[in-house]
Amino acid sequence: MAMLDVTPQANGTAPQAARKPRSHARMAWTAFMAILRRDIVVTARDFIPFLLQVLVQPLFFLFIFGKVLPNLANSGTSSGFGNTFTVLLLPGIVALTSFTTALQGVTLPLVLDLGFAREIDDRLQSPLPVSLVAVEKVVFAAMRGIIGGTVIFPLAYLILGNSFQVRTDAIPQLIGTLVLVAMAGATVGLTIGTLVKPEQISLLFALILTPLLFTGCTYYNWSGLSSIKWFQIVTLFNPLTYGSEGLRKFMMPPITVTTPAGPQSFTIPTLDAQWIFLGLGVAIVAFFLIGLQTFRRRVVS
Amino acid sequence: MAQLTDNAIEVIDLVKHYPKAPVNAVDGVSFTARRGEIFGLLGPNGAGKTTTIGVLTTSVVPTSGKALIMGHDVTADPIGTKQLIAIVPQQSNLDRSLRARDILTFHAAYHGVPRRERNARADALLAEMGLADRAKEKLTRYSGGMGQRLMIARALMHSPAVLFLDEPTNNLDPQSRLFLWERIQQMNREGLTILLTTHDMLEADQLCQRIAIMDHGKVLALDTPDELKKIIPGGTSLELRVALPQPALVSATGTAREESGLLTALRALPGADKVDEIAADPNDPAQEGITRYRLYGQDAGTLTAPALQAVSANGGELRDLHLARPSLEDVFIYLTGRNLR
Ligand SMILES: Nc1ncnc2c1ncn2[C@@H]1O[C@H](COP(=O)(O)OP(=O)(O)OP(=O)(O)O)[C@@H](O)[C@H]1O
Ligand SMILES: [Mg+2]
Repeated sequence: MAMLDVTPQANGTAPQAARKPRSHARMAWTAFMAILRRDIVVTARDFIPFLLQVLVQPLFFLFIFGKVLPNLANSGTSSGFGNTFTVLLLPGIVALTSFTTALQGVTLPLVLDLGFAREIDDRLQSPLPVSLVAVEKVVFAAMRGIIGGTVIFPLAYLILGNSFQVRTDAIPQLIGTLVLVAMAGATVGLTIGTLVKPEQISLLFALILTPLLFTGCTYYNWSGLSSIKWFQIVTLFNPLTYGSEGLRKFMMPPITVTTPAGPQSFTIPTLDAQWIFLGLGVAIVAFFLIGLQTFRRRVVS
Repeated sequence: MAQLTDNAIEVIDLVKHYPKAPVNAVDGVSFTARRGEIFGLLGPNGAGKTTTIGVLTTSVVPTSGKALIMGHDVTADPIGTKQLIAIVPQQSNLDRSLRARDILTFHAAYHGVPRRERNARADALLAEMGLADRAKEKLTRYSGGMGQRLMIARALMHSPAVLFLDEPTNNLDPQSRLFLWERIQQMNREGLTILLTTHDMLEADQLCQRIAIMDHGKVLALDTPDELKKIIPGGTSLELRVALPQPALVSATGTAREESGLLTALRALPGADKVDEIAADPNDPAQEGITRYRLYGQDAGTLTAPALQAVSANGGELRDLHLARPSLEDVFIYLTGRNLR
């Protein structure tokens, strides 16, 4: 009957698997790269909005805190406050921008993708382990974070003029730290994005993002907190603290200030390198594992 | 290799219990769909159709039991499974960050279809689905039916061996529905195995070679549409359309309706278990003056001759006569004790 004329034609449209056998690893790699390319294409189409989203906040911060306030301070006294503050502010802004750009680069799309319309399904149905879809999100968001952090440098150079002071003898460490900061932002974003529901997205900013930004040693240096011990300890639980301090360590040049006793040079103390890398490393691993777990729970029932 | 099996889909004692749910969503389901078959899952809301498809497409982890696609265990080898299948889900899950054509080409790229081939395929499928002139648009400007067609095109982009259609014609107008039915049959002729779920009896009857009727997570019956209809005792029914002289016209004008002599006569026929007089559609002028009678019986065919005699004895004029077999709808009501919708 009907069944019989159907079966012989089964090789008419040969299923791809029959046409071209590929190993699972190859299939997964191909799918992963295609998914990454999808994110790049989507972002590239909206690159100007992306840049604006990344740049507007740091632009105002740099202008107000790096230019306007120091000038006010300097007009009163001739202390080195302005200069010092700008020098420790810039790494904080770079860390903050990189971290939040990465975080939002995974959280916002993820909350929407996992929402009612489940736009992520097509990627989950690709021939790769579903966890790799989460890994791709982290990789892509970290790339965004690195770009976000990097564009601060020319911006700051334009805004700060003479006050733009960056060490040039620790560039590899600087790049390495920036990559870690972006990865930390992306993994934290993965965890948040899989926990937050679409209807809670405004809570996300109020309850999670804001505390994260203000306890991350971005506008102040960690050792400067020694007089408020409890707060100093609180900041150690924020991965961003290690990012800000790390960038400070590899960006801040020695500062020269004019004192009654003549010009003096000093370096602002930061967390030690091993604490910086340990802090970032632990945060990346922990949030990545938690995020993967929660991601899996959201996508397979 | 495993793919040489004759069974495209094998489901063995499948159970799915969602956390915190009071009952199993799928409760011991077993069935097999052969290669090249259109297999239907028919059942009311919440029967467990989508959950069953979820297991078969690796997005739901079964509590117990086993499911194989072309011999691949879906839980043990999700990657191998996903390469072989495609899904058109019940609700749109189209990637709204992409334009229509990109949705197709990226889907194929995820599945490793080479660039030249995926571009050609996307154009061909867009044209076939009548979406060629809307290919560059984002989905915000697509209607529900257009989205549905795009999802079908997407499913075909990587030449799957098994296609899952979860209520594919739910949001379609009658014309698009017919188009899709034809398309489904065409894909099937080309060798695709199709598992579709539906509420629509006619659809199941028209398209499916075999049907599993599901309710409360269980398969109540599984067979070809024709065999399923034999489940109903009493077999067939005989339908008569009769033009009666005056009394019918009088009753149509609204005077008190008394049972026609013909109905009494038909009811008296030996072998007629049940006789219904079916009201004519008042909006259909072609039916004016016509009365329909439906006779149910173990073998309604043998009622034909005595029924005709009764018609002429009562002065009626036979306009039409046919033997009707029970529909899937009747089967479903018989099995579950309730209507589908
Ligand atoms: N993710 C989930 N978590 C918990 N319960 C679920 C989930 N998905 C489905 N269910 C429950 O499982 C049962 C079967 O649902 P399913 O979606 O499989 O039914 P269906 O036959 O597809 O129905 P419909 O015709 O409405 O699409 C229902 O009782 C439903 O409430
Ligand atoms: Mg369903």
